[in-house]
Amino acid sequence: MSTVANLAAGAAANAVADPREIEAFLTHEAALLDEARYDEWLALFTADAWYWVPSQVGQRDPFDTISLMYDDRRLLETRVRRLMQGVLHAQTPRSAASRQVTNVVILERQPGAALVRSKFTMAEYRRNAQRVFAGTYLHRLVRVDGGLKIASKRVNLVNCEAELEGLVVPF
Amino acid sequence: MPENRSETLARLVQPDRVHRSLYTDPAIFALEMERIFERTWIYVGHESQVKNPGDFVATRIGLKPVLLTRHSDGRVYVLHNQCAHRGAQVVADASGNAQEFRCCYHGWSYHTDGRIKNIPLRHGYSSRLDVSDPKLAMVQLPRVESYRGFVFASLAADGPPLKAFLGHIATSLDDMVDRAPDNEIEIAGGVFKHTYNGNWKLYLENLLDAAHPLFVHHSSIEAAKVQDDAVPSDGSGEIAIRQMRQNGASYGFWESQVGIWAYPNGHGYIGDYHDDAKLVAAMNDPVFRDYIAALEAKKGKAETKRVLELRRWNTNIYPNVSFMSQFQQFRVVHPIAVDRTVVYTYNFRLKGAPEKMFRNTIAFANVVNGTGSLVLTDDLETYDRIGAGVGSGGAEWLQIGRGLDTDIPDAHDGRRGKNSTSEVYLRNMFDAWLGYMTAGKAGLAAAAE
Repeated sequence: MSTVANLAAGAAANAVADPREIEAFLTHEAALLDEARYDEWLALFTADAWYWVPSQVGQRDPFDTISLMYDDRRLLETRVRRLMQGVLHAQTPRSAASRQVTNVVILERQPGAALVRSKFTMAEYRRNAQRVFAGTYLHRLVRVDGGLKIASKRVNLVNCEAELEGLVVPF
Repeated sequence: MPENRSETLARLVQPDRVHRSLYTDPAIFALEMERIFERTWIYVGHESQVKNPGDFVATRIGLKPVLLTRHSDGRVYVLHNQCAHRGAQVVADASGNAQEFRCCYHGWSYHTDGRIKNIPLRHGYSSRLDVSDPKLAMVQLPRVESYRGFVFASLAADGPPLKAFLGHIATSLDDMVDRAPDNEIEIAGGVFKHTYNGNWKLYLENLLDAAHPLFVHHSSIEAAKVQDDAVPSDGSGEIAIRQMRQNGASYGFWESQVGIWAYPNGHGYIGDYHDDAKLVAAMNDPVFRDYIAALEAKKGKAETKRVLELRRWNTNIYPNVSFMSQFQQFRVVHPIAVDRTVVYTYNFRLKGAPEKMFRNTIAFANVVNGTGSLVLTDDLETYDRIGAGVGSGGAEWLQIGRGLDTDIPDAHDGRRGKNSTSEVYLRNMFDAWLGYMTAGKAGLAAAAE
């Protein structure tokens, strides 16, 4: 093959463009969270990823405004390690959760990356009470070693401005 | 309601214990709203929230919805958010700017100081409707006073002025403002609104409690301790993890090196457990160095030193505020029911400080006050557990006696714990509680027993 053809083939292999692959990835991520396999969930993120649940509708910045959760990679690791602690009062008893991911749209394509929007609902049951969360996920997915990774994940909750009880289980 | 007579109330608060009904009895809760929240000074907002004429912000005094407004005369007012016609809530927005407030029901409108402005179809109302009656209004609260931008209001026409109510604890509000190079602060960066199924008093109690972190915050302490600091951070995670680790300081440290002070009217503060070497300067943060330079340029070296060496952690202004000056956190407690509470937590921006300082404030807010924080969520769980357990009746009395025999008198009519884990702050809050609830008659009743 020519160099140009090689590059084109390489770019095609690196692309994050296949809706079936992306949907399968998001479904897998939701399953890991539903099953509380948080260390495997963490492994889906890149080494410098961030995870963000804004406190305001349309919030532009995690640094000038508070967030329900805003974790750089270091804090995300700590969050996951805490979730897997044996003694975790806020998860005694543990929650059970079920997430549905749908309406998947690729918003932007870049070489080896894509910004993906999806809709989700999450039911969380704990201690005789069920809460239902709904909103939009924005994933920046990148191609790493042939597979997909999460470079960033933003979770826009429809009720992010509400008076809320504590949020422990990630969305 | 014979169970709420002063003598009975006095029996519920004893030197080393309080009766559990203070956390469970709806009748006592109703009495608290009337005798505490409707009588004393209640924090309602900060002047930076209502900078311009027509600005308003909605809040609550006890269970009553009120508005803090800035009127065209430049003054701040606190109004009942209620229409004089049929009682509807007039303003539904949490904040905004308005030329007038107009009721959605029959269009009665009000000036931003609460006076009636217009009544549509005026001719049809009875001649008894007196538009000059000051009660025909979004009624103003009788007393509103501001201390260095912090606005307090009282539903009672008579009572001590705000400065007397605050006493020595005003120095903690000074500390909030003095840390700004320009001596001015403003609310910024959004508000957390977290709820729990427990009594409002639990929140204030926990904020001065040096004995709880090692137990309540076990999960975040353990998770943070072993965190690899080589993992990328944009700074926010670094601050959060330092905070969590510091919560894991040894029991000896909590016991002896923090300090707890209590003052009249239920106020108090806990000394700082972070010094600069542990938190900010340990990051060798150039922003913090710029901040010190800005302070010194505006205030001089001696005043800068005084400001930075005053290290108070949480200060409570009883009964509805707990704040923290070093990272500009300000929490407002809203009782909803005897077993339900909402806490709003705000951040302040220091005017004249480097822009990037506020990033630290936000990162700190997320870990200490965040609804999804690794730290706060274990506190909220604890309040829920007390809410679930305290109604049991197995333990009729709750213990508040730690340090009782060793407390030390302090200046400004205060007292402090010999050890930082003394429950002197609890006894102090209940002294104030009893004073409010019995209008000062409790002492007599207790003496007669």
